[in-house]
Parts: sequence; C-alpha cells; structure tokens
Amino acid sequence: MELFVSEGNPHCLKVLAALKVTGVQCGVQFVNHEGKTYSMCLTCRYLFELNGPESSDQCNQWLEWEATILQPALLRALHLAVLQGKGSEVPKVLQGPLNVLDQSLAKGSTAYLTGEAVSVADVVLWGALHPVLSVSSLALSDHKSVKAWSDRVAAVRGCQSAAQKVLQGKGLEAMKSYMQKQPAPQSRDTQPCNGERAVSEEEMEAAALIWSKDLNACSHPAEKQHPVMPQEGNRNVLITSALPYVNNVPHLGNIIGCVLSADVFSRYGQLRGWNVLFVCGTDEYGTATENKAREEGLTPQQICDKYHAVHSSIYKWFQIDFDFFGRTTTEKQTEIAQDIFWRLHKNGFLVEDTVEQLRCENCQRFLADRFVEGTCPHCSYPEARGDQCDKCGRLINAVELREPQCKVCRQTPEIRSSKHLFLDLPKLETQLENWLERSTSSGDWTANAKQITRSWLRDGLKPRCITRDLQWGTPVPHPDFKEKVFYVWFDAPIGYLSITANYTNEWEKWWKNPHQVELYNFMAKDNVPFHSVVFPCSLLGAQDNYTLVSHLIATEYLNYEDTKFSKSRGVGVFGDMAKDTGIPSDVWRFYLLYVRPEGQDSAFSWADMALKNNSELLNNLGNFINRGGMFVTKFFGGCVPAMELQQEDKKLLAVVGWELQQYIQLMDKVKIRDALKHILNISRHGNQYIQVNEPWKKIKGGESERQRAGTVTGVSVNIACLLSVMLLPYMPAVSQTIRDQLNAPQTCINTMLQGPGTFVCALRAGHRIGTVSPLFQKLEADQIEALKKRFGGQQPAAVPAPPVVAEVKVVDGSDPEKAKQLAEAVAEQGDKVRALKSQKAEKAVITAEVSKLLDLKKQLALAEGKSPEPAPQKGKKK
Amino acid sequence: MALRELASLEKYLGLKKPNKYSTQGDKKVPVLQNNNAPPLVGLVTIACHLVKEAKRPELLGDGAEGRAVVQQWLEYRVTKLDSHTEDTKSILKDLNLYMQDKVYLAGNQLTLADVLMYYGIHSVILDLAVQEKEQYVNVARWFDHIQHHPGVRHHLPPVVVLRNRLYTSRHH
Repeated sequence: MELFVSEGNPHCLKVLAALKVTGVQCGVQFVNHEGKTYSMCLTCRYLFELNGPESSDQCNQWLEWEATILQPALLRALHLAVLQGKGSEVPKVLQGPLNVLDQSLAKGSTAYLTGEAVSVADVVLWGALHPVLSVSSLALSDHKSVKAWSDRVAAVRGCQSAAQKVLQGKGLEAMKSYMQKQPAPQSRDTQPCNGERAVSEEEMEAAALIWSKDLNACSHPAEKQHPVMPQEGNRNVLITSALPYVNNVPHLGNIIGCVLSADVFSRYGQLRGWNVLFVCGTDEYGTATENKAREEGLTPQQICDKYHAVHSSIYKWFQIDFDFFGRTTTEKQTEIAQDIFWRLHKNGFLVEDTVEQLRCENCQRFLADRFVEGTCPHCSYPEARGDQCDKCGRLINAVELREPQCKVCRQTPEIRSSKHLFLDLPKLETQLENWLERSTSSGDWTANAKQITRSWLRDGLKPRCITRDLQWGTPVPHPDFKEKVFYVWFDAPIGYLSITANYTNEWEKWWKNPHQVELYNFMAKDNVPFHSVVFPCSLLGAQDNYTLVSHLIATEYLNYEDTKFSKSRGVGVFGDMAKDTGIPSDVWRFYLLYVRPEGQDSAFSWADMALKNNSELLNNLGNFINRGGMFVTKFFGGCVPAMELQQEDKKLLAVVGWELQQYIQLMDKVKIRDALKHILNISRHGNQYIQVNEPWKKIKGGESERQRAGTVTGVSVNIACLLSVMLLPYMPAVSQTIRDQLNAPQTCINTMLQGPGTFVCALRAGHRIGTVSPLFQKLEADQIEALKKRFGGQQPAAVPAPPVVAEVKVVDGSDPEKAKQLAEAVAEQGDKVRALKSQKAEKAVITAEVSKLLDLKKQLALAEGKSPEPAPQKGKKK
Repeated sequence: MALRELASLEKYLGLKKPNKYSTQGDKKVPVLQNNNAPPLVGLVTIACHLVKEAKRPELLGDGAEGRAVVQQWLEYRVTKLDSHTEDTKSILKDLNLYMQDKVYLAGNQLTLADVLMYYGIHSVILDLAVQEKEQYVNVARWFDHIQHHPGVRHHLPPVVVLRNRLYTSRHH
C-alpha cells in the first residue's frame, strides 16, 4: 500500500495523522497533487477500519459535518488568510462551525468527540482545524473546549509529527501554492441553494427602474394590415417554410421541421416589432401526384384540391399563422417559372443533353424510375426496382434493367432517347461560392445547413436536369421541349415566389429587393441542398436582383419513440390524428418545440410528453400563473394590490429580466428550443418566490405582513403577464387565455420584447383582473398508454417484410390439408377486414388486421407450393 | 426534500416503523430524533444508520475498501451534488465518464451510493431534454437502471429514457 500526499495540502494532514495513530504499515510518497482531493477523510476512515471496527454513527455524523459544513467554511477562511491577507476576517467565517464544535464538546463529558478514545472523527477534525488553530494571530482561542480538545489530540502519538511534515513549520504559508490552485470559494450567503447566478445591486436597481416605466403608449397596431409590404426603415423579414408535398399527410416530424418552427419565429418577429411576411403552400406537381390520382381514380387537379384542403386544416388546427398559404399549381407559378427559365436560357446557363429513358407505349408515357420493375443486372433478382435492387442494394439506372416491365400495365417498355435541358451548375459555381461566403457569414445559418452545403460544393457541382417527360407540371415554354414539364426541384422553390405573387401583385417588392428584405428559409435537413445550392443558382443565373436566403434554418430529424415515423406501418402520429387525441393543440406545440431537433436528432415519446405536460406545464408554469391570479381574486377582491418593492423583490425582477434577455438573444438567433427553457425558468423562480414568501399566511397577519402579501401577489401576476407575452409564439391560445384571465392590456404585447427586453409593471395597483381558472390538465398514465398503443402500429414481429421473403424461398413442397385450412382462415380474415373498413374503425386497427391477412395469404401460397407474392414496398414515402 | 428521500429509503429498506425527522438550519439538514440515543444529524449519517438498522450491510459495500468507495460517493452527493457550487453540466460530464464501464457506482451491486445519488440527481435528469440525455448516455443508462430497481423510486416520478440511440448528425 502506498499513500500519496503533497506538501502544503491541508487535507493531507489528517491522513498522515491517521496513519500514525492507527499504525497501519504504509509507504508515504510526497507528490504534487494537481487533482481534487475531496476524499481525504474517507482515506482516514478506511485506515481506521482496516485495523478496527466500522465507524460508529457518531463518527459518521462528525465526518459528514466536516465535509459539508466545516470544509466549505475552512476553505473560505484559508483563502482569506493565505491568499488575500485578510486574516482578520477569519474568525467571522469560522465562528459558526467552531461554536457548534465547542458546544458539543462542552456538553459531552468525554475527552474526545465520540468517547474516551481517539476516533477517526477526532483525527479528521483535528487535521482540518489544526492549521488555523495553531496560528495565534487568527485569534480563535475563544472556544475553550475546542482548544482543550485540540491539545489533547495533538498530544496523541504521531499527530504533531504529521503536522510538521505537511506544514514544514511554515504555518499557513506552507499552503500558499496549494491554495492558489484551488478555485476561489463562493460565499454561501448570497447563494440561495439553487446554483443561481449572483445578482448585483446595479442589476436590481436597473430592473426596478424598467419595472416602473410605462407601457408603450403609441404602440404600433397589433393587427397586421394585409398585404404586408416591406417598409423603409424597419426590419423586413420574409419567412418561408419548406413546401409540404401535397399528397402526403404530414407527420409530427414534418410539422416541427418547417411550418411550426417558422410559425414560432414569425410570431416572435412580430412581437419584436419587425415587419414580417410568412408564406407557405403545398407543392403539387410531379410523378407522385399523377400516381396518386391514378390510384384514387381522380384527376391530378382533383387530388391536389382534396389534399390541399387536408393540409390547410391540419395547419389550422396547429395554429400555424401563415400570412398566406398557397399552392404551386397556379398561373403565377407558370408565369414566374417560365420567366426564370427564359432568363437562364438567355444568359446561357442551360445546356442540352440526351437522356435514355424507358417509355411504355401502352400507357403512352415515359416511366419514372418507380414505375419500372425488372431483373437486376447485378444479381439477377427478378423484382428489382427502377432505381435500386432490394436484394443486393445496388443503385440501378432504369435502362439497365433486364426484362423491364411497366408496373401499371405489365407491358415491356422501350428505351427511347429524349432531349432534356440541364442547369449548368458548374458555370455558376464561382458566383454561388461568393454569395454563400457572404450569406453564411452575415446570416444565421444552422450548423447542419452550412455543413451540408459545404459537402455539396466539395464534391463539385454537375449539370442538373430541369425537364421531365410528364404531364403534371409547369410546361416548359421552349418549342423544342413542348411535351415536357419542369422537374419538381427546379419548379417547387419558385413556388415561394408565385405563392407570394398570389398574395400580392407587388410580390417583387419582397422577392427582388435583397437590400431591404431578409429571407429566412425553414426546413428539415434533407432539403438543405435545394435551398442553399440549386435554387440560389437558378436565381443567380436569372440575374434579376432576386432576394436570396439570408438565414437558412434546418432542423435535424424527429424520431418516433424508439423508431421512425412510418405511414405504411401506421407508426407515429400524423397531422390529422393529433386532434383526435383530445390533447390541446397548444400542448402539442409546446412538446414538439420542447423536443425540437435543434442541432441534433430528437425523438417524440408519449411518456415524455405526459411527463413534461405534468411537470413543466401543469406543476411549474400553469401552477405559478394560476397562483398569482388566485391570490388577487381571493385576497384582494380581484384588484391588483399596491406593491412596495424590497430588495428581495428587486432581486427577483433582475433575475426575471436576465432570463428575458437570454430568451430574446436566443430567439433572435432562432434557437427556439433553448429559448423555451428560459420561460420555464422564470416560472420556476416565481414559484420559489411565492413559496418562500407565503402570501397566503402573511395575508392573515398584521398591517406590514399584509402589505408584504400584497407586493408578492402583485409582482407574481405581473410576471404571469410577462410570461403570457413570452409564451405567445409557442402557445398562442394559452397566451391569450392568460391575458384574458388577467384582463391585461394588449399594449403589453408590444412593450415587453422591445430592445434587450423590458419587463414593465403592466398590471398596476388597482387593476381589475378577470376570472382565473386552471390552464392545463394532467395527462394520466392510462390515457397515455392507450394513445401509445393506438399509434404504435402493428407489433414488430409482423413488420420486416424482405427477410420473410428470403426465408420462405428455401421452403419447398406443398401441403393440401394445411392449404385448405389456411384458405378458410384467409376468407374469414378478409371478411373481418372488410367489416372493420365499413365500420370506419381506427386506422391502426385496420392496418394490423390487414397485415394478418397478408401473412395468412403468404402462408397459403406456401402451402399451395407457390412462391408468395413479394411484399409490398414499404419504403418511406416522400 | 431530504426528508422525503429518507422516507423512501425506509420503505426501500423495508423498515416497518417510520422514524421521526426534523430539519436544522438554513440548509434544512435532516435530523433523526431517536428515543434512546442522541439525535443524528446529516443525510448520509442517517441513511447509513437506517441501512444498519435494516441489517443490510451489503448496501454499504464489501470490506473496508468497498465501504470506502461507497462513502466516497455519499460524500460526493452531499458536498458536490447538493452544494451547487459546481456546474451541474460538469457533474454530469464527470459521472458520464466514470459510468462508462460500470453498472453501479460502487462495486458490482446496488449500494446506498446508487440510491442516494439517484435521489439527488433526479431533478437534474428530469429537466434534461432527450438530446441531453443522449449526450450523457452512460448516466442516463445508470439512472434508468436504478429507477427501475424494485422499490427504489417511491416518491419520485419516473423519467423517460429512450432506449434507442438517436442518430448522430455526423454522417454528412
């Protein structure tokens, strides 16, 4: 055994003493300890236990006291005496602990702390105190019992020599170099056990001054005047969120990724007094729409109309407050897209090339990759798709497929060459890089957006095809490409412009005005290259002074519980289902924003949602706001009482003001999730403030106590008022409810978030508040369990399709008896599914039953000796 | 807070008769009122006393060395975790590093160190977003394990710890 100690380390004294006292054989080495040495007295305990019984409760108690009470005080004392030369202040610092020790020793009749024999407690405490007790100049000799005890311990064999070794006869000076390496101890008195930031006098006075200011009298109108147009001298902010593809119902990940995040920022911008326009719409052209139309027996236009309405109603339910929610299938789209096209053409940024494609003569159309199937040229798997083989996983060019088949009519398509136009990205690369350099350094691009963009540029840009052989799209106006439409990646971002054009004829004031307008694009990270590379190239090449993106805000992905969202498996919550859960839209918004995948992937979890609802919304935020209002109603007849601010109140104002500042700084940088934490911090401070001041008790006391209750109540409802404003971007309905309950003036909305944040007393003494009621409801465990089940999809056992196919392939031989049973089971299950569908049962339930049916059919096919049908493609739909 | 913690510990230890407690000073240090002995002061002291009373010495660690490790974590709990002088983030970081190759804080079985550290760190973990739990994945794993240990959790709400690792954004 070897013991390592360092000279001048006060903690080492006790160990050495313990070693001597117990007589444990152990080598001692003097080293220079750099690290923490908090477990020195544990070493002592260890040494004592090696040779004797376990330490007693009394001993434990002294050791704990030494670690938690005495050490912090000693550290401060040594710091004062050794480093700051303020030895005179030491007695004050040590008085408390020394009194405790002194009284305890005086009361007890034994020679040592825990009895008549020296124990580990004696050695540890003596070791800790010896350096200061031995210095006469520190004048600690008032404590007679301590003195006597200390002398007794010092006389025990070994203690003195240990002291000599550590202190080297230099007294406290020996500890200087050790103390210099320790972090400066914080004074406990100003730190109320919560790890809070220290608040200075100036901060408190400044907060109190702001508090006494008036609300903005000449506030700008809270209501927007449409159409919103850029204003000279104001910050003009144009916000877009990625256009959702029309025939997919958006899931929670889509919602948080673009529309919800953009909505929060748009609402916030308005509170800041910026001139904000927020546009979005459905992206409607493309193969997928044509396909969906065929499936449902409708025209593409009808499909778009139908699903555009679905999207609209989902976003409405989520309170996404677009200034305009348009669509891409409009005349303006054609007009603007064709204009950009001609400009690119004229400026020489389009090149022509021939592309080989498969065409189905029977269907009279060119086949998109996903409409072709055939034999894989690499592994001969017979059901390879036009873009990739499921078996070997290799990427395939559709024309390379052997025995290709049209997936719709099963005819063999022909290879045709077709002329297409390409956007010459390499030619625009230098321009793009110059612009990117400027935009990413002056704007707030998220880290992932910058990174993805960089990696695209690093790999080098290639010309990109902008035309397609389809019908459902914006027609290419060039006579040589008559039958063609624009590829959706070229066309869709132009939707931002055309949607704005459908909102106002003067759309160019937003989109061809880079000097007055700041453009924010919100999206999920998969969309970044189109917004940072491809679309800017289109606009740069068009050379018409377009407004390019200044701030590109990309989220990471949101997972669902322990897996991913999957429409085909019925896993996850989709936009249209959220309202059926009975959980208010505001709570959905809150939780999605709380777990916003900001800087890192994140996950939605039911249990976590319930927990955050119950702990943060109900117990923290809702509880605080409700308490303040209830006190006004119950104790002060519904009128805000007079407030006489004391130090404690001013301190709270300063703390709240600081949180407000943080909130504004973060929101300005679109750190939406981080900013939300500061709202919750404020209500936490508020709850603590009420808890400490107990207005419900003070109201029953004398005049000054009642006065105090009034101040605490008044400050609390005013904080609630501030919270309602800060919450507005996140939970607009709850925010309004709070202001209604407090009967707060609407002008407070425009005041509080000005500049670095101005927390004024919006509800003055005498202000009459409205009716107060609870804001949130508890989410019960069984309710959440039921929801989790409902949206959990079928159980994992039934999910993985491809492995099943691979497995059954090796099974051979038929079984007529089993086939008969299975045929009956299939018929029965089929009836069940039809019945459920006609009853309009839950989607998840139907999906589960359908998968059972498919499984039975597969078994039947096996039993009949046939090869089972391939499992339907379960890829994530885009 | 400390009192509820001790009440939960009593239940976990299966002590039939609940003890009487009070608190002392600004920091609300718990005090155990004893009928036939002087009162005991301090969370760790009382907790160790309860463990002995319940005749569960294994919870204090095996042998002098094992006991020292348990005591070290108990001291860490009351000096570092409770004092708030250190940044909670740095505590989480240290713990995460320490827990990298460990199931329990001390030795190969649950000890009082795990229980009291769990009680003490609960409020910190409760406040973490999924992303942060991912960041301190070893702490989260240990925490989830302890909160599911039969009889430990009692007065505290369960904290959701997802079992999947979120995808890192580094595949670009």
